Amino acid sequence: MEIHLNLNGKPLDAEVRADTLLLDFLRAHGCLSVKRGCETANCGLCTVLLDGTPVLSCSLLAARVDGRCVQTLEGLQEEAGGFVTFIADQGAEQCGFCNPGFVMNTIALLREYPDPTDDQIRAYLAGNLCRCSGYEGQLRGIRAYLNHKKAEEAQ
Amino acid sequence: MAQQDWSTVGKPVRKKDAMALLLGKPAYLDDLTPKDCLVVKVLRSPHAHALIEEIDTENAEQIPGVAAIFTYRDVPQKRFTMAGQTYPEPSPYDRLILDRRVRFVGDAVAIVAGENEAAVDRALKRIRVRYQVLEPVLDFHTAKDNLILVHPEESWRSLCPVGADNRRNLCASETCQDGDVDRILAGCDQVVEGVYHTKACQQAMMETFRTYTEIDPYGRLHVVSSTQIVFHVRRILANALDIPKSKVHVEKFRIGGGFGAKQTVVAEVYPALVTWKTGRPAKMIYTRQECQTAGTPRHEMEVRVRLGASNDGTIRALDVYTLSNTGAYGEHGPTTVGLSGHKSIPLYTHSLEAFRFAYDVVYTNHQSAGAYRGYGATQGIFAVETAVNELADRLGMDPVALREKNMVREGQVMPAYYNERADACALDRCMTRCKELFHWEEKFPVRDMGNGKVRAAGVAMAMQGSGISGVDVGSATIKLSDEGFFNLSIGAADMGTGCDTILAQMAAECMECSLDDVAVFGADSDASPYDSGSYASSTTYVTGKAVEKACEELKDRLCQVGAELLNCPREEVEYARKAVRRLDGSAQVSLADIATKSMCGNGTAVQATCSHTSPISPPPFMVGMAEVEVDRETGSVQVLDYTAVVDCGTPINPNLARVQTEGGIVQGIGMALFEDVTYTPEGRILEDSLMQYKLPTRLDMGHLQVEFESSYEQTGPFGAKSIGEIVINTPAPALAQAIFRATGTWHRNLPITPEKVLLGRDE
Repeated sequence: MEIHLNLNGKPLDAEVRADTLLLDFLRAHGCLSVKRGCETANCGLCTVLLDGTPVLSCSLLAARVDGRCVQTLEGLQEEAGGFVTFIADQGAEQCGFCNPGFVMNTIALLREYPDPTDDQIRAYLAGNLCRCSGYEGQLRGIRAYLNHKKAEEAQ
Repeated sequence: MAQQDWSTVGKPVRKKDAMALLLGKPAYLDDLTPKDCLVVKVLRSPHAHALIEEIDTENAEQIPGVAAIFTYRDVPQKRFTMAGQTYPEPSPYDRLILDRRVRFVGDAVAIVAGENEAAVDRALKRIRVRYQVLEPVLDFHTAKDNLILVHPEESWRSLCPVGADNRRNLCASETCQDGDVDRILAGCDQVVEGVYHTKACQQAMMETFRTYTEIDPYGRLHVVSSTQIVFHVRRILANALDIPKSKVHVEKFRIGGGFGAKQTVVAEVYPALVTWKTGRPAKMIYTRQECQTAGTPRHEMEVRVRLGASNDGTIRALDVYTLSNTGAYGEHGPTTVGLSGHKSIPLYTHSLEAFRFAYDVVYTNHQSAGAYRGYGATQGIFAVETAVNELADRLGMDPVALREKNMVREGQVMPAYYNERADACALDRCMTRCKELFHWEEKFPVRDMGNGKVRAAGVAMAMQGSGISGVDVGSATIKLSDEGFFNLSIGAADMGTGCDTILAQMAAECMECSLDDVAVFGADSDASPYDSGSYASSTTYVTGKAVEKACEELKDRLCQVGAELLNCPREEVEYARKAVRRLDGSAQVSLADIATKSMCGNGTAVQATCSHTSPISPPPFMVGMAEVEVDRETGSVQVLDYTAVVDCGTPINPNLARVQTEGGIVQGIGMALFEDVTYTPEGRILEDSLMQYKLPTRLDMGHLQVEFESSYEQTGPFGAKSIGEIVINTPAPALAQAIFRATGTWHRNLPITPEKVLLGRDE
């Protein structure tokens, strides 16, 4: 079947099989940041934004994004670049395989809650598994970014 | 003591690949290898133990897009091991790529390669197999000398004297001791006895096992794999395919986590066979379900401890027996088990008069085990540390005070650790600092919160090694290039830990240049200098030292070229800050000029390769303290605070060392509280997805606090020991004690689930 979508700001017409998962569709269209970590919608690695809302692309058929707007980390480099440097400064990226999904969900978090508490951050990102970092460094990074942003705004 | 004026070592610099990874750039195997290759999948056994009587692939082969199907008839008949270990491997040669006998639910039955996934999936369903179903060995207590043999085959062989005997289902067996443990125990005021059981936990790295293979223009098998061990993969694939080692070239890209899982060849043999037989590029990507059921998890162990002490708390004797379940194959079976005693007993060297450590490692029809962070030490430390906590309870002593009385101290010889001396040991300082940071005095008393919830705390110590003494080899090549930058080539594998960066930090420190002046390359079996690989907590300590040595040798060579340019004898120049200068300070030549000279009319190679091995394996030490809140109504255990203080020698990069520690602690919390592996009566694993196998999320780990109390290891690079593995060892015993304090029940069987806590049952 044919679908029309907006992928990372550009219109895209594509022919897909009815059973193609959005995850596989996106990787086939060059969005290699989107990763698969499980088959049961438990890890959060494949998180992308669908009309601005974070969704698991492993649990969505490509056919369902017809007429909609999909964003992957490839399309949000600048927005991500604003805060990921703070995570890098903690060394909390580690193996990096979970990073794109985690970063996408963090973008959604920061759009929804520009000034989140630590508990809000933990709760919002609870579905993004990371086996390397133990999460604390990711939290420190986000907190450092928020503090930095506040300091900048205060000036 | 530690030198404090380093400019790059000891600094929390960013990992060199951090930004690329955080921004999702293509960096991993499936991002960078061609898409148009054969898709490889494996048909897996539904039976725990069976013989293939008949296998019919004809229908499957008819499916359009199916390129090849292989069965046990198509593979070399020479047994090999998939364990990534130095040759001759202690792990027995007990595998074929495909065998007529299948030994666990998930064992490989056939390999299917096709043009696309849909064709391969269809083919998998069309292969008809008739099995002669055999009775499996599913209880590891009854495996030894069972009439049912997991490996009855004549061609099974063990290369090392590890006490293996396939006619007895034994993968390894040994006893060692120092002093008369029975006599001392008989004279002790107190003898604590307990049996401690840990499960076959999964590393659950986020990137599953995967390998891409192709034939290169020279007719060699080019393998790209997500592996910690490029050189061992070369040997293992050559063994498996029965081809010369010279025909195999292995490299790795970024790795999405390993934790030891990728110290074993898991996915590699399947696409390798396909490519070698068909000449076509092939790729295999493990599903998460395959990782959970046909991976290489921690060895399930049952550790029996007898601990003898005086009424004043002096620990006098330790008797440890470990029964380890290696599952269907023996990868890492003979070696993991050793750590369960040799890295738990030495913690109590101080007043210990005698110890005995014995073990059996048995084959069963369970998923084959392998290497997982901690490598047996985790299991042994859970047992011994819990026994010590039980002693503290029995004596009414503070478990911190009990440890302060008995812990190994700097300078002591550790008979249970191959008589190595603890030359660099800040365990005492770790305990003092941890107690202070955690507020032990306030948190250890049991506190009823008045809402059905109780708070309590627990403590544990840990040690590990730094590489395998006398075995591991680390190497580094450092080369001067254009404009005076350096190329550092290593065979160690950065699996996210940041070893590329910390080794570059060492090189930058030695060459007195900036970190940006060092470009790191690794790992490639053709291009890198030999390295055993990244495992056994070896990379910082062993490969790091090789970097230091290579830098010294390169400096000498740069001085030779520099002296030529300065028209003076070699003895009159020295290397200093990116230049070679005359000792009298009268003239100097920059690295950039030496680099230019090296490429024009020069006969001196401006590169150096050094290898390093160590006769000792200096242990890092650690203390962990946990505070939990137990809900008496539900049995739920909430970790509130986890504080750890680590002596890893010099932390080369404090940020990365801290994150290693935090990550290890959270994995340890998972092992202690959530991560279960259970089998059906037929031998099938129930926790075969991340839905059933519960990894800790960021809501499950409480607040972590990590500090370092550094000793200085003279034999390590810049005083460093290791960090990667030790960090997983304290949570299980610390949490078991905290839960006992809150509930009155000792849980000697992991994981300690809410159900068990609520029912007060340890089974």
